[in-house]
Amino acid sequence: MNHETPTAPARKTQTESHAARPAPVIAISGLSKRYDSGFEALKHVDLEIQRGEIFALLGPNGAGKTTLISIICGLVNATGGSVVVDGHDSVTDYRAARAKIGLVPQELTSDAFETVWNTVRFSRGLFGKAPNDTHIEQVLKALSLWDKRKNQLITLSGGMKRRVLIAKALAHEPEILFLDEPTAGVDVELRRDMWEVVRELRNSGVTIILTTHYIEEAEEMADRIGVINGGEIVLVREKAALMRQLGSKQLTLHLQTPLASVPPALAHHPLTLAEDGNVLVYTYDASEAGDSGHVSISALINEIEAAGIRFKDLHTKQSSLEDIFVNLVRERS
Amino acid sequence: MNLQAVRSIYVFEMARAGRTLLQSLISPVISTSLYFVVFGAAIGSRIQEVEGVSYGAFIVPGLIMLMLLTQSVSNASFGIFFPKFTGTIYEVLSAPISYFEIVLGYVGAAASKSAILGLVILGTANFFVDLHIQHPFMMMLFLLLTALTFSLLGFIIGIWADSFEKLQLVPLLIITPLTFLGGSFYSIDMLPPLWQAVTLANPVVYLVSGFRWSFYGISDVSVVASLVMIGVFLAVSLAVISWIFRTGYRLRP
Repeated sequence: MNHETPTAPARKTQTESHAARPAPVIAISGLSKRYDSGFEALKHVDLEIQRGEIFALLGPNGAGKTTLISIICGLVNATGGSVVVDGHDSVTDYRAARAKIGLVPQELTSDAFETVWNTVRFSRGLFGKAPNDTHIEQVLKALSLWDKRKNQLITLSGGMKRRVLIAKALAHEPEILFLDEPTAGVDVELRRDMWEVVRELRNSGVTIILTTHYIEEAEEMADRIGVINGGEIVLVREKAALMRQLGSKQLTLHLQTPLASVPPALAHHPLTLAEDGNVLVYTYDASEAGDSGHVSISALINEIEAAGIRFKDLHTKQSSLEDIFVNLVRERS
Repeated sequence: MNLQAVRSIYVFEMARAGRTLLQSLISPVISTSLYFVVFGAAIGSRIQEVEGVSYGAFIVPGLIMLMLLTQSVSNASFGIFFPKFTGTIYEVLSAPISYFEIVLGYVGAAASKSAILGLVILGTANFFVDLHIQHPFMMMLFLLLTALTFSLLGFIIGIWADSFEKLQLVPLLIITPLTFLGGSFYSIDMLPPLWQAVTLANPVVYLVSGFRWSFYGISDVSVVASLVMIGVFLAVSLAVISWIFRTGYRLRP
């Protein structure tokens, strides 16, 4: 992805320096939602989405992900608070706000008997754009739907229907794209394809907000990650910083002969014994796992050898976003 | 005004009817023809004339009204219920269009379809009986206003219904009985006095009567009363729809 490097550093400085911070493309403040049933889906949510980023919203089922997206896109009325989309209030200036947004819903919905072509063309018109068959052709080709354009939607597979929904959302050339669980129930290959499509969109300047259950997806795609739980935004952080901050790395050594205790010579290192003394575990901060980290690990291994400890095997493991996420959600609940 | 969106909805809905031409057009024409055979030929041969008009010709406006009412309601209710049922309504709700434009697209298409159908039935009737339309302009006015008003009613039903059963309920339990008892096939003069009085509470009587007047210059109630009744219907439907959209009822939780 060499072609994206010019924009990537720019984005980073934008989000990290508060002084030169540009106006967010979406500004959510004090957003709350209580359904008629009494269920409080969102509790005073504040969130800013930066222009051109891929923002992943993570959260367990019922955390409020879909409600949040639905309010921004106009499907659900908020109980309180406001959403401003590129300077336009989503309620008082809904036309301008909604025209900028494309939404790919979680549910696979389709006008069963329509053709792919007609349904995508309809979407463009619905958003008030003059017909542009060239653009629709481009969208369909980018999503490998061109060959299926004359097919009725009912004849398509689940993965293809998902692509049609994306095509519909892109038909009016939105600046902001919401993907609500875009790869739920999609096979691995198609998931990779979709990630590719999303990256290309981002490279063309589209801001992307996706919700997902798959931590792998957020880890792979996102620039920033927000975690929502119980209707509250628990954390918003750049992915890399999040991984650095909360991620720890472990070096595991499988010993040739079990140890009763960590030798005193090595006591100043954060070493622990596991599996009845058969395994020696070294835990260290992933953020120091750069050049200096490697030096310290090789030094550690020298010390271990010098202490007369022999090992059969070793491996390292970095805590994944999933570990971080599970810990976060567990902490709060 | 997002005319592009209104046009998109309108064209999309009309295209749907084009695809289902058989049920949209041919089946109402066939059922109307059956009414002519049964009521016009079989029964009509025993009833000489009603207020100076042959029975076959007398029932034409009533038949058109019957079709207009039922088709407007079913077209419009299905048109909005279906996307709600399949979930594709999300797209309409997320689009930069106003409630008014949504109604214009969906109800406009439904009303157009039933108005066209009304004219097709009129053409079909021409094969069976001699037709003279005394007030063609008023005839068109009644036709269009009725199609519009009952399409609005259908739209309301389509939004209210959360199951196919409910979708059928109102047309089956209310619209059809009111239409059959609304003087489609008879003049209310034929009824005993008590029932004449009861019938006047049926709004459809006013529609059929006014529509028939535009054909033959004969009516059960005054034309002004008929127009006022359609106006009231229209106003009530519009008020309900604006309430639906103001509160987000069944559309935006």
